[in-house]
Amino acid sequence: MNALSQSFGLLFRRREAGIFVMLVLFCIVVGIIQPRFASLETARIVALAIPLILVSAMGQMMVIVARHVDLSIGSILGFSAIVAGMIFRDHAELPIFVGVLAAIGLGAGLGLLNGLIVTIFKLPSIIVTLGTLSLYRGLLFLASDSRQVDPQYIPKPLIQMSQTSPIGGIPWIVIIAFAVALLTYFFLDHTRIGRQIYAIGSNPTAAPLRGIRVVPVTLLVFTISGALAGLAGIIYASRFGYVNPGITGVGFEFTVIAAVVIGGVSINGGVGTVLGTVLGVILLGAVNVALPILGVSAFWQDAIYGAVILVALLIDRSVRRRGLKSLVAGNRA
Amino acid sequence: MSTETHATPQVSAVRDAATPRPRWQVIVFRPETVTFLLLIIAIIVASNLSPFFANFSFILESSTYYSEYSIVALVLTMVIISGEIDLSPASTMALTACTFAASYQAGVPIPAAMVLAVIAGGLLGAFNGLMVIVFQLPSIIVTIGTLTLYRGLAQVLAGDKSIGKFPTWFVGLDYRELLGIPVPVLIFVGASIVLGLIVGMTIFGRQIYQIGTSEVAARHAGIRVRAIKMGLFILMGLTSAVAGLMAASRLGSVRYDLATGGELQMVLMVMLGGTYIFGGRGTILGTFLASWLLVIIATGMTVANIVITSQLTVMGLLLIISIIATNAIYARNQR
Repeated sequence: MNALSQSFGLLFRRREAGIFVMLVLFCIVVGIIQPRFASLETARIVALAIPLILVSAMGQMMVIVARHVDLSIGSILGFSAIVAGMIFRDHAELPIFVGVLAAIGLGAGLGLLNGLIVTIFKLPSIIVTLGTLSLYRGLLFLASDSRQVDPQYIPKPLIQMSQTSPIGGIPWIVIIAFAVALLTYFFLDHTRIGRQIYAIGSNPTAAPLRGIRVVPVTLLVFTISGALAGLAGIIYASRFGYVNPGITGVGFEFTVIAAVVIGGVSINGGVGTVLGTVLGVILLGAVNVALPILGVSAFWQDAIYGAVILVALLIDRSVRRRGLKSLVAGNRA
Repeated sequence: MSTETHATPQVSAVRDAATPRPRWQVIVFRPETVTFLLLIIAIIVASNLSPFFANFSFILESSTYYSEYSIVALVLTMVIISGEIDLSPASTMALTACTFAASYQAGVPIPAAMVLAVIAGGLLGAFNGLMVIVFQLPSIIVTIGTLTLYRGLAQVLAGDKSIGKFPTWFVGLDYRELLGIPVPVLIFVGASIVLGLIVGMTIFGRQIYQIGTSEVAARHAGIRVRAIKMGLFILMGLTSAVAGLMAASRLGSVRYDLATGGELQMVLMVMLGGTYIFGGRGTILGTFLASWLLVIIATGMTVANIVITSQLTVMGLLLIISIIATNAIYARNQR
């Protein structure tokens, strides 16, 4: 009995519980104000809004856990999507997976380049990726000749990934996104390299002393983040049915960072779980869908994202300080 | 710092100090020298591209667009020297400009609306400062949050329409000239001289370097670190507001997406000018030269018919190369 209540207590002290409670409360409140929100249709819309953010959030989360930030994922997403779209348009005879692989491969390459600049020159990732954000966007304009890939060129089977479902009415892209989340969970929690990412983020000075090869692990993290942004590019093409060099993925990095920090991933590195990030993404998706239903103008969206990042930073700070205090108290006892 | 060791070469230390590098090396191997050389090369290349470039007034004219960013970049230099960063100024420009336009539309007379915008800028800067100094959060991520927040609030305030119809005396600051020089450029040059003197010559200026070199040491030396940093963030907001108003005057109308992506240009100017990203080093002169370098490069590309979109590539590449180069120069000098 005691053990049970203790484990319940532990469960509730976890950050994920807080996010989960927030998510449930939010849905209840919105459902009361506007009963239209509490419907299966809403759940479907939320589910369709999630995959794009979820897939990139898995990569961004890893990067942030390793105490870096990747601001260039929006441009990587756009670049990968446009290259895949151009392959679909100009080489319609090739099977679809060629375009998909090209997108993921290109994303991985661009991510690796970020990682190389950060690790070789020991520069802050945030400034480097601010540079590559602009660099990759410029290159994607050059590569695409500033031309949009129109809907008729996106292959039908790819678009159907967002519409048809293998089981239970859940569209393919949702299943793919959650499969990515599951893989990320196993990678981060059950592999040696996954644990090393946390070690690097918690204490970059101590990590090499423990025999962790910081540079290759960091490179891997950036590469995975890029590859997932590339995959998100394919999901974008599938979901929206077109790719535009000036629109696709612009400002996307801020949405993803907002989702990741709501999910309880600490910007100071070393802290964060896949479950929390998934809940953060769902919460963000729910807020997104709820705004128009509540009659709030869409103009509020960016302001809310910004406010969310700041509030999450403040919460993270207070949690950290409480953790430190209890640690000190525990040592005294 | 290195010049000071030269003033007193006979250091009577227990441990032998390294022999000071010859003075010519100290002068030549500075990031600002590199910026200056690049500036000269850019001018030569650009004037070969187009005969327009020999015309000095053409450069001045085309620089009016950049002088808004350049003015903010001067203050950003001080912020980065102090070891912090602010990525929100472009959004602050948009929000203050929208504050100005919205209150003008609501019937507030122009001068009062301008004052309102500047006050708003100060408050937005103070909010950044509050998060960084009182709540001790990393400025880089705080200002990413406020970058999104301020731009979002501008959108809430102005919607997606552009607000215009300002009286004619307010519009077209970039066409006004004094002694043949456009007013925005004059403001930029004036601000450079004033801030350059403050940073280089005053105790306050030296304290900013001290904070950036070692905040703990600065605090122990009795420097009011928190007050100075707060002041810098507020100054950042005020300057962004002025830049926002200049943009409103130049464009003749205001939209929420004013100065989108401007933070990249500003950070680029500071980095190209040789300011050290980790704080403690850098000069206003460097940023001043880098602003002109950027003007020449951007105008050069426009003259050479390179489309705006691929200019993004060049800007991004320049940012990365400039931080790598500056880092390398400082690493070399530290030895």
